[in-house]
Amino acid sequence: MKILSTSKRGEKLKVVRLNANGDLKQRLLSFGIMKEALIEILEHAPGKSTIEVKVGKMRIALRDKEAELIEVEQI
Amino acid sequence: MNENQVKTCPIIANHIKIALVGQPNVGKSMLINSVSNAHLHVGNFSGVTVDKTEVLFDYKDYHFTVVDLPGTYAFSDYTIEERVTHEYLCAESYDIIINVIDSTNLAKNLQLTSELMSMNKNVVIALNMSDEAEKEGLDIDASYMSELLGIPCVQVSAVTKDGIEDLLDAVVQVREDDKQISKLVFSEPVEEEIAQIVWYLDKHKYGAKNSYRNVAINLLKNNKRTYQRIHDNPIWTELQPILVEASKHIELHHDSDDIKEAFAEEYASFNRGIVAEVVKQKKQEEKKTLTEKIDSILIHPVLGIPIFLFFMWGLFQLTFEIGSIPMDWIDAFFGWFGDTVGATISNDEVRSLVVDGIIAGVGAVVLFVPNIIILFIGIALLESTGYMSRVAFLLDGFFHKFGLHGQSFIPLVTGFGCSIPAYMSARILKNDRDRLLTLFIIGFMSCGAKLPVYVLFIGAFFSPEMAGNVLFAVYIGGAMLGLVAAKVLKLTAFKGEDEPFVMEMPKYRLPSAKLIWHTVASKTMMYLKKAGTFIATAAMLVWFLSNYPHNHILEEKYEVKIESAISEDEKIVLSNKLQEVLLEQSYLGTIGKFTEPAFEPLGFDWKMSVALQTGLAAKEVVVSTLGVLYAVGGDVDEEDNSLVTAISKNIPFASAVAFIVFVMIYLPCLAASVVFTREAGGIKYFFYLFAFTSITAYTLSFIAYNLALFLS
Ligand SMILES: Nc1nc2c(ncn2[C@@H]2O[C@H](COP(=O)(O)OP(=O)(O)OP(=O)(O)O)[C@@H](O)[C@H]2O)c(=O)[nH]1
Ligand SMILES: [Mg+2]
Repeated sequence: MKILSTSKRGEKLKVVRLNANGDLKQRLLSFGIMKEALIEILEHAPGKSTIEVKVGKMRIALRDKEAELIEVEQI
Repeated sequence: MNENQVKTCPIIANHIKIALVGQPNVGKSMLINSVSNAHLHVGNFSGVTVDKTEVLFDYKDYHFTVVDLPGTYAFSDYTIEERVTHEYLCAESYDIIINVIDSTNLAKNLQLTSELMSMNKNVVIALNMSDEAEKEGLDIDASYMSELLGIPCVQVSAVTKDGIEDLLDAVVQVREDDKQISKLVFSEPVEEEIAQIVWYLDKHKYGAKNSYRNVAINLLKNNKRTYQRIHDNPIWTELQPILVEASKHIELHHDSDDIKEAFAEEYASFNRGIVAEVVKQKKQEEKKTLTEKIDSILIHPVLGIPIFLFFMWGLFQLTFEIGSIPMDWIDAFFGWFGDTVGATISNDEVRSLVVDGIIAGVGAVVLFVPNIIILFIGIALLESTGYMSRVAFLLDGFFHKFGLHGQSFIPLVTGFGCSIPAYMSARILKNDRDRLLTLFIIGFMSCGAKLPVYVLFIGAFFSPEMAGNVLFAVYIGGAMLGLVAAKVLKLTAFKGEDEPFVMEMPKYRLPSAKLIWHTVASKTMMYLKKAGTFIATAAMLVWFLSNYPHNHILEEKYEVKIESAISEDEKIVLSNKLQEVLLEQSYLGTIGKFTEPAFEPLGFDWKMSVALQTGLAAKEVVVSTLGVLYAVGGDVDEEDNSLVTAISKNIPFASAVAFIVFVMIYLPCLAASVVFTREAGGIKYFFYLFAFTSITAYTLSFIAYNLALFLS
């Protein structure tokens, strides 16, 4: 299964599953990161540990730790 | 703003109390500023407002009370500020909700709206940022949207002030209307379950203020408060199995084991429908938005951090270069002012109190206003352009290594202005451990009030070309120390799991000159006000303590010696000596002499020790105390009697370095300590902070002193 943290810059993906729990999951959901949502990787921060993604019209920064919890597939 | 808060509104028929709710950074605070004459803090990142604020104003025949609440993405208690909003909405009394929405991102904002719709309150939607929507070619049919949602929607812009009156008219109208009936529709399985629960509640005539449909929705969503209420009701035993079955059914339909996820998806699909109906994209969306273009440079993986450091360096360079121009004028002004006022006062004591006490003390603080203004402008730009979140993003990896959360950057940067709002804004951190850790190191970010101390000492010991660089080094050095301290604390006191980092990156916005002006002017006025009141009082106190008790025997002894001295030079030396001896036996001198041994290893004389101690009240007092002490005990023959010269003459270089290090680290001012204690949640934290900062300050300043001695 492909996960968000190993995806490359510029890739356009579709969210398949959220493996996060509790509060974090709530937060991702309220950012619009949910099943079927389209997600694009915009930028990696220095050290590659943080990424910037675009969901809908919104830009979101997250760490690879969190990105690992988002299962995606190529579209 | 303050006067608005103090004034209490009479409770009369025409009073409307509004709760302003919306996701972060949609312009809630700015909207209030544009309908009233309030000056709430506005900034282009999530989490500017962290506490509720009431603002009163009148419109037509109505008294309005608007409550500005922290932005919240969803009805959750993710962070403290979101809890503030959630608790307010559920527990306080208010008439109407204005739901502020960013018109350029309807789908995301409507997620919160959907949740508000089952709350049993009348709502008015403010489609804010309509100016931006227009620029982006978005055409929103507000009246159709009102019809679809059953909620009046009004297009407004807090910047251009378009539509503000329509919004208020809509609020007045809604207050007269009956309760709104939510037009939210769910997928078939959810509707089936809702219908069943409604039928059941109706059968048992369950007594609720909210509609049965809303109660059913809230029950299905696992809303804690609704549960608590129904839990004690006899119908609960029968209702519970129905709810369990219903949840299973819905979860199955959504292929998820989380009912909240299922509801988020339900809302999203409803909202997609709304957006498809009411929004028309007039222009073709550009491949890359302006924000993305700017981002490709500013958050470039390699160039990003150097660019940020360059901006910082430039800021401190400007602080010195431009800041020092008016400084000579201010200095000259206070010199002239002191002489002029002094000439009109015949009583020696009173003259000295006014000239050497108040004017010297306040003058020493006001001297640095230009530097402070430049620093404030820098911070205001960082806050209002959207760059703040970018730097948090850039530094997150780096911060993470030191055990800090990337979002800590926001309170830390605020700390360069003043620690008090910085302590407050640490609320945006979700985890208590992260928050406490951040609270402990905010003090390492030198606040605006420490700037005068640095400028004074750096000005005294470095050439003007170097001064800006040294100032930059002092600030960066302080921040670095803060990071190291964070690491130490993380490894010892605040051990634990790392918290998730998920943060919205706002689009870049060009701040209006008016906005910057307001932010900077109000902060500067606060600084000046403080100089005129608190600092003036402190300076008077310092003057008194350094002039009394009088020692007539000593004075006479010296008078005689001076009389009998032969040469002019000898006379001057003797009278300088007299001043010095008198100062040393004053109350302040006694205190200073008493504590001097403790500070001796750091190379501080008693005057510096006293300045540090008075600085506990406020950091500006460090400078004003030095101002008074050197004005009173200053050399009589000195032509250029500015404080800078006095410092460079009387204080050795190594001691000055140690002094800067000490001021950089030691306990924040009284007001900030109080806020720290409140935000940290207990007096014990204050003692930890005191011990932590004092030990660190002492140790590092000792090292700095010896290093400087060794090197020079
Ligand atoms: N173009 C445009 N910008 C706006 C408008 N309203 C607000 N802004 C900008 O949006 C940003 C956020 O404004 P705030 O008033 O701080 O937002 P808030 O909703 O109070 O944010 P939080 O307190 O963090 O929840 C600021 O940079 C404002 O200048 C508007 O109508 N048009
Ligand atoms: Mg706000």
